[in-house]
Amino acid sequence: MKHSTALASVAVASDRFIRETGEPARAGSVTLRPARPAPAPAQPAGGSRWTRWLRLNRGLIRAGVLGLLSIAAFIALWHVLTENRLNIYVRFMNVPSPTQVLASAEQAFSDGRFLNHILISCRRILLGFSLATVIAVPLGLLMGRYLLLRELVFPVSEVLRPIPAIAWVPMSIMLWPTNEESIVFITFLGSLFPILINTLHGMATVDEVLVRAARCLGAREAATFREVYFPAALPQIFTGLTVGMGVAWVSLIAAEMISGQFGIGYFTWESYSLVQYSDIALGMICIGVLGLASSLAIRAVGSLITPWATRR
Amino acid sequence: MTATFHAPPGGAAKRGLIEVSGFSLSYETLDGAMPAVEDTDLVVRPGEFVSIIGPSGCGKSTLLNAVAGFLKPTAGRVTVDGEPVKGPGADRGMVFQQYSLFPWKTVRENVEFGLKMKGISADERTRSARTLLGLAGLSQFEDHYPDRLSGGMKQRVGIVRALATGPRVLLLDEPFGALDAQTRQIMQQILTNLWQRLEISVLFVTHDIDEAIFLSDRIYVMTARPGAIKAEVDVALPRPRDAGLALLPEFLALRAELAALIREESLKAMGGELNADALQGLAINLHGASIGDVI
Repeated sequence: MKHSTALASVAVASDRFIRETGEPARAGSVTLRPARPAPAPAQPAGGSRWTRWLRLNRGLIRAGVLGLLSIAAFIALWHVLTENRLNIYVRFMNVPSPTQVLASAEQAFSDGRFLNHILISCRRILLGFSLATVIAVPLGLLMGRYLLLRELVFPVSEVLRPIPAIAWVPMSIMLWPTNEESIVFITFLGSLFPILINTLHGMATVDEVLVRAARCLGAREAATFREVYFPAALPQIFTGLTVGMGVAWVSLIAAEMISGQFGIGYFTWESYSLVQYSDIALGMICIGVLGLASSLAIRAVGSLITPWATRR
Repeated sequence: MTATFHAPPGGAAKRGLIEVSGFSLSYETLDGAMPAVEDTDLVVRPGEFVSIIGPSGCGKSTLLNAVAGFLKPTAGRVTVDGEPVKGPGADRGMVFQQYSLFPWKTVRENVEFGLKMKGISADERTRSARTLLGLAGLSQFEDHYPDRLSGGMKQRVGIVRALATGPRVLLLDEPFGALDAQTRQIMQQILTNLWQRLEISVLFVTHDIDEAIFLSDRIYVMTARPGAIKAEVDVALPRPRDAGLALLPEFLALRAELAALIREESLKAMGGELNADALQGLAINLHGASIGDVI
């Protein structure tokens, strides 16, 4: 309101400079163009809702189609290489073809044993990964907030972090009474460090001005932690969870191949020993699909929980 | 209007006396203590709008941060309504130069934050937030996340958020520095409006002379580092003020006076790098801006 009167008074002050269209121009004169009619309300730009949806999601559809094409091309290449038993330094003679793998998949899914391997692997992932999350996220948050804790824990974690999960297998077998526990422990270790490091990094990048704003609004320590540090670090925590999930699968399969009696990693290794070559490929594909699915699941949860970070 | 805000009884206009006396603050460095602000006195009376201007790096933000409770004075006292400032708190609302909205909260949730910290029920919070958002013309954006807002809107939300808890004083640290000139003018109008309605004391830090005159009852001019008060200027221009104010001879005189005061300090601040005679030789007309702004 106030502002419009202000503008009006300025306009009055410069009245004498305003000329009508058609008058000759003078230095410093202002020519007002006639006001244009209001634009018509937005019209649906042709086509039904469905076709407009297609148009707006062009990029997504394109990526989907190309993705399917590239997978199809990969399978076709695989088919050509294996059906012709090519020997071009790399030997494809014993590599199972897609049709053989499909046949062994039908066979494998027809009895419960294969499904059981998958379920056992998934359970190990779930246990190891959940444990890692429950420990690494709070630890990372606290280490990010309290210097003393960070100074005490960080050196140890930095020394342990580069040790690959597979190097932990012998130690793990000694540490834990059962095989199952040692495999879960290795899975846990694999995902622990990516989650911890990313949580720490998330805490380090919290904008200090937001903390100060919260303080000015009466937030004490606990509330600042809950309302500022935690949500500010959340997107980075989810990055850590996604990476951690990937490493969890890598670690699990390594552990299962060495010391397991069940699990998809064991199944894959066992197929090699039993000369069931098409089962090797089946196991590998299963691992790939499960790894992808679990990463996608975490990403989906992440974008549900942090809509502000993913919606830009 | 004030009834919907969580102000203690006793009338808003009687609260919000800021007193800074004998204030010094220095930073520890390898070469010893570096004074940022030295022996400064300053008063903001209840309901008054006071600005601090000065060359960049003069310690005006330091002073404001001490009132907010983020910095402890090396010597001297900072009190609000007679109580010494011990740390940040909701009785002193603050608006920062950088946009400081919580990106994970919607506009309304941002405004409600201070009330949530006070333990006020969700219903009541929402009601208060809606009233204030209405005053600032932000009603239709209450469910937006901050990243969807323009700079001017973000800063309006910032002001409203700082006011929501019914603070005794509002502290603003160059809040409009990042906005374009037109938006800044509108924001100044909105701030004046809110200040008059809520009868709150305001301490405003800026390096923009026009802005300081347009908004303030009184202006403190600070010296170059180490900062101290160089002058105290009463802005005896009538209210309500609008953009036409800039055409009044009183405004122009005051502006020239303030510009001269700051120019002196800016030159001092630039010290060894450039001397005043060299600039005069170039016959640069600074149009009231400080040398730091021009170069």
